[in-house]
Amino acid sequence: MSTADLTAELQLQTALLLLKQAGRELNIDAQPGSTPWLQAVVDALCDLSSRDALTGQANRRQFELTITREIDRVARAGEPALVLMADIDHFKRVNDTYGHPAGDQVLRAVAAALQDCVRPMDTVARYGGEEFAIILPNCPTTFGLTVAERIRDKVERRPVNVAPGVDVQVTISIGGAFAPQWVRSSAALWVERADRQLYLAKSEGRNRVCLEHAPVVQVSAEEKGMLFGTSQFQDLE
Amino acid sequence: MTSPIDPTAQPSAHASVRLARTIAVTSGKGGVGKTFISANLAAALSRRGQRVLVLDADLGLANLDVVLNLHPKTTLHDVLSGQSDLEAAILPAPGGFSVLLAGSGLVEYSRLTNDVREQLLDIIEKVKPRFDYIILDTGAGISDVVLFAVSLAHEVMVVATPEPTSLTDAYATMKVLATQQARRNIKLVVNQVARVGEGRTIRGQLQQVIDRYVSPMVGDENESLKLDLVGEVPIDPAVREAILRRQLLMEVSPGSPAALGVGSLADKLLG
Repeated sequence: MSTADLTAELQLQTALLLLKQAGRELNIDAQPGSTPWLQAVVDALCDLSSRDALTGQANRRQFELTITREIDRVARAGEPALVLMADIDHFKRVNDTYGHPAGDQVLRAVAAALQDCVRPMDTVARYGGEEFAIILPNCPTTFGLTVAERIRDKVERRPVNVAPGVDVQVTISIGGAFAPQWVRSSAALWVERADRQLYLAKSEGRNRVCLEHAPVVQVSAEEKGMLFGTSQFQDLE
Repeated sequence: MTSPIDPTAQPSAHASVRLARTIAVTSGKGGVGKTFISANLAAALSRRGQRVLVLDADLGLANLDVVLNLHPKTTLHDVLSGQSDLEAAILPAPGGFSVLLAGSGLVEYSRLTNDVREQLLDIIEKVKPRFDYIILDTGAGISDVVLFAVSLAHEVMVVATPEPTSLTDAYATMKVLATQQARRNIKLVVNQVARVGEGRTIRGQLQQVIDRYVSPMVGDENESLKLDLVGEVPIDPAVREAILRRQLLMEVSPGSPAALGVGSLADKLLG
């Protein structure tokens, strides 16, 4: 069966309509129905299905995929990785005061501000409602607070113009946790730990950052020295 | 006080029922023989007339089924998700003990929230009257999943080998258990010792570092963490042989030096 025969049976109208509606032009010079063209359609659909329609950032599905990969990687490579959960403070007030279209604009602006603060390797995702999640692979533990603070500050300093002459200032609260290095854990637990910190940031007054303190599992050189330094292979009698 | 060794015996509402001791087996470093010790200790205790349940608490990445060459149809995962009742998931294992296997994919479901913790504790409480020992075989590492599994048991047994990496990880585990779970007594099993007495030396080394660095973190002298050496298992080619055959050492080479080591460990636990 040739490719042409195969595509004759494929119903792609809905898919193409969806891509058109989302403003996705197929940047490909291939003949409609050919394998490269079909590949481009599939790629565009995959990309579309991994993004949040409003903000254009990764959606919840893409976030789950990325964080699951990341926690596997951390367990093997032992690199520090940070996940931040950011929630817009008093978002309901924005909706109530300025209307839902203004709320949407605020969501888009905050998403863009978050994206501006991170590296290309990081993932900014809309986690749900007015909550965003950011995955920062290979983020040294000493930089965690700096990064989160920068994000919080950026949002605070960037008022959102929702109507002519109407600027809305919003703030975000951020909670964060590092993935446990070298050990097996689950993405769900990791997010839950960051979420707990977000709850803390909210209850401590909002517009602030709370990062989980790493549990004391480090064994210092001194301790190791004592563990191995003396008569390890002699009985201690 | 002894209870009849009859698995079908039902606890009486009036008689005081002896409840199982719950022991979590953990190690810090992987590959030190944690599951090997759990399974063979269970077999050794069974031979001594004890009713033993091994609960695969390496949630999501379980391998007790591989070690025992079991192909379970029903697992803890099915119980937690409500697809099976507890009784159907408790399976007989070679060696005369019972197992409750985790089943792969458990970690996806269990967000290890208080709910899941309550459920697991509830399961353990339910089976306690019917067993003398419940051994929780946890995963490697000091992850929150492992700490969670350890937190379900009353007693903790850390398995270590004389290798420096294993000792460092065992020490780190003990430190975390002392500071985060307020453990004041930890049992130590030294696996793969080259000669008699090596376990005692290692216990001494660990205790010394604990006294110096961990105890000051957790409170005064009376509350300091005490290590109790409960077993020493020698390097023994019979172990590798049994593992490759996916059989219990206690079954295939009960007279081997390592099997005798596990036997002494069982005797020590029985007191």
